Amino acid sequence: MPGHKSAVLFAWILLIPALLYVAAIVAYPLVDTFHLSFTDASLRKTTNWVGWKNYQKIFDTEFAEIIGRTFVWTFLSVSLKMIIGTGGAVLLNAALPGRAVFRILTMPPWIVPMAIGIFMWGWMYNGQFGMISGLLQRFGLSDGPVAFLAYGSTAFWATIITDVWIGVPMVTMYMLAAIQSVPVDLHEAAWTDGASRFYRLRRITLPMIFPAAITMSMISLISTFNSFDIIWILTQGGPSGSTTTMIIDTYSTAIGSKKFGEGAARAVVICLFLSAFAILYFQAVTKLSRRMTT
Amino acid sequence: MMKKNAMIDRYRWWEVVLMYMGIALFLFFILAPFIEGFLVSLKPLGLLFSTPYKFFPENGSFKAYITMWESVPGFGRYIFNSFYISTIITMVVLALVVPASYAFARIKFKGAGSLLGGFLAVNMFSGAVLLIPLFRLMRSYGLLNTYWSMIVPGVAFLIPTAIWLLSTYMKRIPRELDEAAYVDGAGHFYILRRVILPLAMPGIIVVAITTFIGAYAQQFIFALTFNSKTEFMPLPIGLFAYFGRQEVIWNELMAASFVGIAPAMILIFALQRYLVAGLTAGAVKQ
Repeated sequence: MPGHKSAVLFAWILLIPALLYVAAIVAYPLVDTFHLSFTDASLRKTTNWVGWKNYQKIFDTEFAEIIGRTFVWTFLSVSLKMIIGTGGAVLLNAALPGRAVFRILTMPPWIVPMAIGIFMWGWMYNGQFGMISGLLQRFGLSDGPVAFLAYGSTAFWATIITDVWIGVPMVTMYMLAAIQSVPVDLHEAAWTDGASRFYRLRRITLPMIFPAAITMSMISLISTFNSFDIIWILTQGGPSGSTTTMIIDTYSTAIGSKKFGEGAARAVVICLFLSAFAILYFQAVTKLSRRMTT
Repeated sequence: MMKKNAMIDRYRWWEVVLMYMGIALFLFFILAPFIEGFLVSLKPLGLLFSTPYKFFPENGSFKAYITMWESVPGFGRYIFNSFYISTIITMVVLALVVPASYAFARIKFKGAGSLLGGFLAVNMFSGAVLLIPLFRLMRSYGLLNTYWSMIVPGVAFLIPTAIWLLSTYMKRIPRELDEAAYVDGAGHFYILRRVILPLAMPGIIVVAITTFIGAYAQQFIFALTFNSKTEFMPLPIGLFAYFGRQEVIWNELMAASFVGIAPAMILIFALQRYLVAGLTAGAVKQ
């Protein structure tokens, strides 16, 4: 095509505004985080270079425990999202009257302001007056009121459930699209051979949507690892640190206590984990696409 | 063909019952907080704190929906702020993303793939990781405690998905169109403005809607950290301050939450047909 050179120039002109914006608001702060993690930055005017001191400091404390907790929290949440979301997608794919309405009804947690959905969960977890505790007592599953957010173990699960609730709609919609892209002839051929519905689900649908499930769980992994609003609104990392994940820990160090340097060091550790996830993600995607094409 | 399909999709009665039960359970999980929240908003405050737990309100009323306007000071302002911030964010995102998506979708250039990958990598980092430098950046430019402290970072994290969506949409427009215009002597900018943009309009509208919803739904961490002025607070933060008080007037909080959710819901339901049409139109045209 003639004028290719000018087209390339035009492309770069079009890209520059978005590029500069992301460079200023994401890339520069990212580099700055690394820089700050080696300083004693705070609200004071002066900052000094302190070398690896911040890193030594954070590994002195219960940081390992926080990392472990973050991984358990993330793993449980992503697994539940994938199981419930895929199950929901299979059900919503069934040719039943009303499925169009059911699909719309799945969306709300995804599109309403996250914080507002979390307020509602906050009420549900209330021991005296909340729905969950109330129903448990009504059905005789619990003798007295259960204040879910007041105890470490229940608060841990309560934050996971709310995170699952927010994440499920996206997983469901994504997996539903994957199920719908499974060629119909496969089902028809198996059906002609007398394969049962459950057999077809297990031997056709689930293997065919496996690559999509991997992609979705990696996306979900990254966003779950970064989850902040839910824990901050429900427990602020408490009671006594039982819901403090790495993000919450970084936030309370950096913004709560205004220890920018130490907070930055914690943020850098998060970035390292995220990069590892990203590498994993790209490897999974390339491996899968290679498998799909050969 | 149709018949065969219909027969595949014929269920036995117990299968239908089981599936409806599964769907009911699934939707109950999704909708329980909304149902509970709505019922709470109808209950008078005295009844709310009564034990044993009652699922349905006995003498429910919509009173909380009226009294909340007085007891949540600035409630109207919070809703306005939420809309204002989301609208500006959407406009800025579109201004940045429409040209960038055009470049990715319609022009072949070296490094396009890795550049797009770079944009998408932004999705990896939540705002939380970058808060410290962003806080310092905002402070040095005097943006703390202004609308911009929420708009500027908000835009950055909505760019990647918007580019991804829109460039995918623009790629579907047949290449022959701009080649024909080019042969007729049209310049690059003319092709962008007169050939591609009109055809990409449904895609642009879809991206605008998803960006607006994203901006409306995710107003928390930046507003929590970068703004402490009540008059600029978006709804979630305004309600969070109210939520954090010693004595929470729950029925009013829930009523306020529902009013806050309503605009987003109405938008989705009103534009739903357009949304679906926009997303499928490109696929059909291909």
